[in-house]
Amino acid sequence: MKVFKLIFKNALRHKLRTALTILAISIAVMAFGLLRTVVTAWYAGVEASAANRLISRQAVSFIFPLPYSYRDQIAKLPGVEQVTYMNWFQGVYIDKNQFFARMAVDAETIFDVYPEFVLDADQLQTFKRERNSCVVGADLAKQYKFKIGDIIQIEGDIYPGVWQFVVRGIYRPRDKTTDATQMFFHWQYLDERVRQESPERAGNVGWYIIRIADPAQSGAISNQIDGLFKNSRAETKTETERAFQQGFIAAAGAIITAMNFMSFVIIGIIMLVVGNTMIMSARERTREFAVFKTLGFSAGHLVGLILGESMLISALGAGLGLFFTFPFVAGFAAAVPKGFFPIFNVEPSTIILAVSSALVVGFVASIFPIQRALTTRIVDGLRHIG
Amino acid sequence: MEPIIRVQDVSKSYWRDSFEIPVLNNISFEVPSGEFLALMGPSGSGKTTLLNLIAGIDRPDRGTINVAGTDIVALNESRLASWRATHVGFIFQFYNLIPVLTAYENVELPLLLTSLSKRERREHVETALTVVGLKDRMRHYPKQLSGGQEQRVAIARAITTDPTLLVADEPTGDLDKHSADEILTLLERLNLEFKKTIVMVTHDPRAAEKAHIIRHLDKGELQQN
Ligand SMILES: Nc1ncnc2c1ncn2[C@@H]1O[C@H](COP(=O)(O)OP(=O)(O)OP(=O)(O)O)[C@@H](O)[C@H]1O
Ligand SMILES: [Mg+2]
Repeated sequence: MKVFKLIFKNALRHKLRTALTILAISIAVMAFGLLRTVVTAWYAGVEASAANRLISRQAVSFIFPLPYSYRDQIAKLPGVEQVTYMNWFQGVYIDKNQFFARMAVDAETIFDVYPEFVLDADQLQTFKRERNSCVVGADLAKQYKFKIGDIIQIEGDIYPGVWQFVVRGIYRPRDKTTDATQMFFHWQYLDERVRQESPERAGNVGWYIIRIADPAQSGAISNQIDGLFKNSRAETKTETERAFQQGFIAAAGAIITAMNFMSFVIIGIIMLVVGNTMIMSARERTREFAVFKTLGFSAGHLVGLILGESMLISALGAGLGLFFTFPFVAGFAAAVPKGFFPIFNVEPSTIILAVSSALVVGFVASIFPIQRALTTRIVDGLRHIG
Repeated sequence: MEPIIRVQDVSKSYWRDSFEIPVLNNISFEVPSGEFLALMGPSGSGKTTLLNLIAGIDRPDRGTINVAGTDIVALNESRLASWRATHVGFIFQFYNLIPVLTAYENVELPLLLTSLSKRERREHVETALTVVGLKDRMRHYPKQLSGGQEQRVAIARAITTDPTLLVADEPTGDLDKHSADEILTLLERLNLEFKKTIVMVTHDPRAAEKAHIIRHLDKGELQQN
């Protein structure tokens, strides 16, 4: 009979209590996993953004457009390698629950500026040639079973009317942080029709994306761009893509901060649950611990027994919780509108954080009972009525 | 015979809040090796306290205690713990078996602190359980045993390491007459056959009869016989 067997037998002493504690830990680990996954998914946009890209948008708000004519002026600045632009098209595909980014882009330059969207050369050629063509991300294609040659019909809202696009390319994500759920089509195609139907809205782009040679110059170049259009009808605000994404995130930041906070509150809760169980079981065994000491068992043995039991319970809870985190997160991903979080994975860091938190909890929860078991004198322990 | 226990000028008080409760007052006595001594006295007279001091689970405020050639007052906690493990077998009024362990595992418990192999441990456990007549119950848990049987398992646990000294605090205090007789007979046998020195605290005059020496403790003083 070894110490581990005794730990095991102790843990099984109150089967229901132990089971409930393990269950509580596993639920907390699951909730922690989900919250962290949402938070990391939210920040994934920032992580994925490149340091050598600047975004230039209307200074008041990015919902206001910028003149197409800015493009050449920006392109002339030293340090600027490539300029491209986009419009947020939106529209409704099938119904309002089908959520994915639909962008009017400059077919000539978009894939130069975004190397993380990997498109075969021949598909790129066809896309550039055909004005009513579009390119979709691999994940999007998989989800809607889009094939080359399919026609995607979208009911416009920002740009009214019925729009049809022919799929001429499917881009692949360069790595896991790349969003492969977007749809790109020709800005020229959009602008021509706008010019006919509402000429006052023509010749506008949503924002410019500028690839620069040296990320260290991002501040200086941003200032130069904004300087160019100072006191004009549409002033610009230029910042790195990362700052742009962060600004976007800041808008929903309060909720994310709350979720972040909650994920750590959960750890606090498990700590109390396990702590409570351990204190109860150690108190019940006050007299047993005194017997162990009487028989000559050392402080180290008692620490092993109590810490071991606490760790065993926490580890089982963490294991069980982790086991169910994946289906739980997958279920959540299925429940939110598709594409709401383009990248939604349980990150290794989330797993590490959940497991190490559970182990820290196991450790912390045993401190008080251990302290009590060690400082109770044998004669007092033997007199203890459990 | 050479005394195995030598208690000299031992005093002990307990503190409750800021009140000092004197329990033992300048106690001196000796127990020859191989003796069976009964310690009697009214409740609260300090019998358990004295027994605990001799067995090394408590410390006197003053005085010296020498057991089997060791000045146990001078030992630090961890040395005292290993001294107890090798020299003293404990028998309590309420048996104090570990409820999640079988009779076998309870008896094996003190042997885990030795360097004995698993096979050697099994031999020791089986011998001890045979002595107390419970070898057929070794897979049973304490709650599946009667009080008398539990106490016999506790005695097996106390003798399994073959200690020099057995201390028993009211070993029959919680038992019916029949079981009490069994336990007393067993202790008598351990004393005569296995030459164990036994110090037993008891209220029961019939229990005390089995002992060779009876000492009375009253208000922290040992009465002269
Ligand atoms: N651990 C302790 N803490 C405080 N006071 C104690 C402690 N142990 C014993 N006492 C006190 O010391 C006195 C003697 O106690 P002790 O247990 O030695 O008596 P006893 O002779 O064994 O009595 P009983 O026959 O009832 O078992 C009592 O007044 C008791 O309340
Ligand atoms: Mg007593």
